[in-house]
Amino acid sequence: MSDTKKFLFVNRKAPYGTIYAWESLEVILISAAFEQDVSLVFADDGVFQIAKGQDTTELGIKNFSPTYNALGDYDINKIYVEKESLEARGLTVDDLLKLTYEDEDDDWAEKDSIHVVSSAELAEIMDQQDVVLSF
Amino acid sequence: MKFGIQINEGPYTHEASTTALNFVSAAVEAGHEVFRVFFYHDGVNNGTRYTTPPQDDRNIVEAWSELAEKHNIDLVVCVAAAQRRGIVDEGEQERNGKDGNNIAPGFRISGLGQLIEAGIQCDRLVVFGD
Repeated sequence: MSDTKKFLFVNRKAPYGTIYAWESLEVILISAAFEQDVSLVFADDGVFQIAKGQDTTELGIKNFSPTYNALGDYDINKIYVEKESLEARGLTVDDLLKLTYEDEDDDWAEKDSIHVVSSAELAEIMDQQDVVLSF
Repeated sequence: MKFGIQINEGPYTHEASTTALNFVSAAVEAGHEVFRVFFYHDGVNNGTRYTTPPQDDRNIVEAWSELAEKHNIDLVVCVAAAQRRGIVDEGEQERNGKDGNNIAPGFRISGLGQLIEAGIQCDRLVVFGD
C-alpha cells in the first residue's frame, strides 16, 4: 500500500482496570506494519500507561508496559504526553518510561521519543492528523 | 464521502453501537459510502446471533445484520478481541476446536489490519465508544 497517512492514537485510560490500553497497544503495533506515519498521545489517566516501575503481580494481569520500549524499533517515535495531565497527577517526565529510538538520519543517535506538550499544542498536533483513533 | 467506522462497545451496556447504527444509516441515506464497520474491544459482542433481548427491546445485532444486507456494508469483528470474548465463526470454531459458532449474518472475523486499512482508505474514520 503506497498511501501514507498520519495516524494518531490517543490513549486516555489507566493501563489496568479496563482493557482499552492493552488493546490500543495491539492496534498501534499492527499499524507499524502498514508503514504509516504514526504518533501517540498519552493524556488523562492514559499517562499512567507509560509510568515506570509498574508491578502487576498482585493483579494477576500481565505487565505489558515493557512493550512500549519496543515502539522505537517499530519507527514509532513521536510520543506526546499532555503536560496538564502529568501535573494533575503529580507526575513529571522522570516518572515515565524512558522511551527512545535510534535516529537513522543522525548516525543512529539515541533520542527521546517522549515530548511533553500542553493541551493547546496537543490540539495543533491533532489538527495535523489524517486519522485519530481514541482509546 | 467515504466513511470508516470503529465501534468500541457492546450493544447494550453502552449507547455507542446504537449511535453508530444511526450514523451509518443516515450516512448511507445521504449518499455517502460506508467502507467498513470495525468492531473492537467489547464492540465484538455486537456480532453474536445468540443475542436475545426482551421482545419490547430493540435487537441491535439484527439491526446491524439487516443494515449490512440492505446496503452491502462490510461488518468486521476483530479476531483477537473476538477470541477473548467468545465470538466465533466457522473458521475460528475449527481452528480453536470449539463446539459451535455464534457469528451473526453479515459479520466476518478478521484482523486489526482491516481497521488500519479503513483509516488509510476512508476520508473519515469515526470512532464510537468511550
